[in-house]
Amino acid sequence: MATEQAPLGRAQQPQITNGRWTGYLRLLQARMKELQREPEVIFWVFVFPLLLALGLGIAFRDKPPAVTAVAIVQNSDAQKLAGLLQQSPAHNSIHAEVLDEHTAFDKFRLGAYDLVVSMDEQGAVHYRYDPARPESVLARTQVDDALQAASGRKDPVPEVATAASEPGARYIDFLIPGLIGMNLMNSGMWGIGFATVDMRQRKLLKRFVATPMRRSDFLLALASSRLVLMLVEVALLLGFGLLVFHLRVEGSLLAIVLIGALGAVSFGGIGLLTASRAQKIESASGLINLVMMPMWIFSGVFFSYERFPQMVQPAIRALPLTALNDALRAIILQGASLPSQLGRIAVLAVWGGLSFFLALRWFRWS
Amino acid sequence: MEVAVRCRGLRKTYDQKVEAVRGLDLTIYAGECFGLLGPNGAGKTTTIEILEGLLAPTSGEVEVLGCTWQKNERELREQMGISLQETRLSERLSVRETMQLFGSFYRHPSTVDSVLEDMALTEKADAWVGKLSGGQKQRLAVATALVANPKILFLDEPTTGLDPQSRRQLWEIIRKFQERQGTVLLTTHYMDEAERLCDRLAIIDHGQIIAEGTPAELIARLTGHHVVEFAISGGANGADDQVWRRLPGVQGVRADDGLYCLQVNEPHETIPALLLEVQKQGAQLAHLNTRQASLEDVFVQLTGRHLREE
Repeated sequence: MATEQAPLGRAQQPQITNGRWTGYLRLLQARMKELQREPEVIFWVFVFPLLLALGLGIAFRDKPPAVTAVAIVQNSDAQKLAGLLQQSPAHNSIHAEVLDEHTAFDKFRLGAYDLVVSMDEQGAVHYRYDPARPESVLARTQVDDALQAASGRKDPVPEVATAASEPGARYIDFLIPGLIGMNLMNSGMWGIGFATVDMRQRKLLKRFVATPMRRSDFLLALASSRLVLMLVEVALLLGFGLLVFHLRVEGSLLAIVLIGALGAVSFGGIGLLTASRAQKIESASGLINLVMMPMWIFSGVFFSYERFPQMVQPAIRALPLTALNDALRAIILQGASLPSQLGRIAVLAVWGGLSFFLALRWFRWS
Repeated sequence: MEVAVRCRGLRKTYDQKVEAVRGLDLTIYAGECFGLLGPNGAGKTTTIEILEGLLAPTSGEVEVLGCTWQKNERELREQMGISLQETRLSERLSVRETMQLFGSFYRHPSTVDSVLEDMALTEKADAWVGKLSGGQKQRLAVATALVANPKILFLDEPTTGLDPQSRRQLWEIIRKFQERQGTVLLTTHYMDEAERLCDRLAIIDHGQIIAEGTPAELIARLTGHHVVEFAISGGANGADDQVWRRLPGVQGVRADDGLYCLQVNEPHETIPALLLEVQKQGAQLAHLNTRQASLEDVFVQLTGRHLREE
C-alpha cells in the first residue's frame, strides 16, 4: 500500500483479528463436517470395507478337517475291508460305504467318492482312483496306509504328528491388511481427487483463491482430513478383525499407524495429481478408476501377487499399493519393525512426494 | 478524487482466437458504485475477473488501490470482497459455517452475525446452504464477500435470476456499503438496476466500451428524452417509417416487432399529430404508451440491438 490512512468502507464494528492458522483450521473443520454429513462417504469408507471383510471372511473360513469318502465294492470280502478300516487309527478321517460295483463306479465318476476299493479272491486290494484329482490320490495313500496298519504292519520309525492351524496363516489374516491398504487407496483417491474436481466444477476453488486464503493451507487441510479419516479406517478394520475373526496383531500399533499415515498421504497426493487438471467430475472419475485398476488386480489385496509371472514381479512391487499392503502385512502378521520396511516406505514416499510435486505445478484453481 | 481501480489498454484473447476484451480503459473512483453494463458475452465477466486478479490479461495494465496484482496480491485480497457468477457453495455446510470459513481467510473480517443481519439471513444462520432458496443463496454469495470487511466490492451479476423483492434487498445492501465509503464495481444486464444503483457506468459491447458516464449523462446523449411507443392495426398500405419521422418533434424512429418507438423531446407536441396521422391512414391505434428514455434506449441506439437479445 502506498498510503496509510483511515480505512475506507470499513464498518465501525468490533475488530476481529485472525491468526496465521485460523483459515487452515476452518478449512479442516469444514471438510470434516462435510464428510460427516455425506451418507455415501460413511458407507463407502466405513461400512463397505467391513461388509467386504465379513463376507470374504465367512466364505473362506477354515473348513473342518476333510473326511475321505470311500466306496467299497459289494462282494464276499466287502465286510472284511470295512472292518479293517474301522479298526485302523485313521478311522475318523475315512468314511467308507459298501455299494454294488455299478453304483460305486458311477458315484466315483461323479465325485461323490474319492476312491473305490475292492478285494479279490487272492486277498489283494484293488484301488480305483483318479490321478488327476488330488483328493483321490490322497485317499488312495490314506486308505492303503490304514489297511496295511490294521492288517498288522509294523512301522520301523515311530511318528508323532501335531496339527497346527494357527491364527496368522488363515485367509482372513491375509485379507484384513490388504483391505486396509485398499481402503486407504480408495478413500485417498476419491476423498482428495473427487473433492477437488467437484470444488473446481462448482467454481468454489476459484472463489477461494479470490480471498487471501493461502493455497498451501487449503491443500494441508485436505491432507489433514485424510489423516484423521485414516485413523478411523484403520482402527475400524483392525478392530473388526480382532473382534470377529480373532486376528492377532503381532507388530506395534504405532508402526501400523505410521505406515497407514504414509499410505493415506501418498494416495492423497496421487489423487491430487490425478485430479489436478480435470474440469468435470465425469472425466475425473474415469481417470481415478484407471489409476486404481491395476493396483486392485496386481497389488495383492485379495490374493497373493506371487501368482503372477516372475517377469512382472518387480513392476508389481513398485506399485504403491503393493508396498503399502506388504508393509502392513509384515507389521501386522509378522511383527516386523518399521526399519525393516524401509524399501517399501521408500516406494510409498517416492510415489507420494512426486505426485504432490507435480500436482502443485499443474494444479488448476479455476 | 482518489482512484480505486484503474486499467489501461486491457486485452484478453482466448486461445489466440477469441477476443473477449479488446482494449479497455476504465477509472473507478473511491466511494462510487460503478456498473459494467452489456449483453451476455460482451466481455463483462472477463473484464471484472481481470480486475479481480483472477485472470491474467493478454496485455494492458491494472492498478487496484494503487497496487498491482503481480506485486501485492495478498495485500489486495485482504481489502476486497468478491462475488463470482455462479459459485456453488458447499451444500452441506450451514450458512454460519460458510461465513465463518470465508471470514477466517481475512486478517480483520467483519463479524459473521453483523453481516448475516445486514443480509437478512440471520434466521437462516443454521440452515444448510443446500436448503436455501435461489435468492437466499445469492444473498449468501454477497455475504461471503462482505464478511471480508472490504474496501472494494466486486459483484458479477449479483441479481441475475432474483425475484424483484430480493433484487431490491440487494440494492439496499449495496447502498449501505457505499454509505460507509465502500467502492463497488458490478456487472449487470439489467438496465433499471444500472440506472438506480450506479453513480457511473460503462456500456460494453464486443469487448469494448461504447459509452461511459452517469446514467443521466448517457440518457441525455440520446436524441430525445422521451419515448412514444405505439402500434396500429388496419390501414390501407402499411405506413413506412418516414411518415412517423416527419411528425413534429420526432428525433428518431424505430420499428420493433410491430411496435413503433418514436424518440421525442416534447410528447405533447407529437402525440396529437400522431393521432391525426393514424386517422388519416384509416388505421386504429392498438397501443399507445409514453415514457422517459432509459439506458435500454441508449443501448439500442448505440448498437441497434436489445440488451437481452442473444
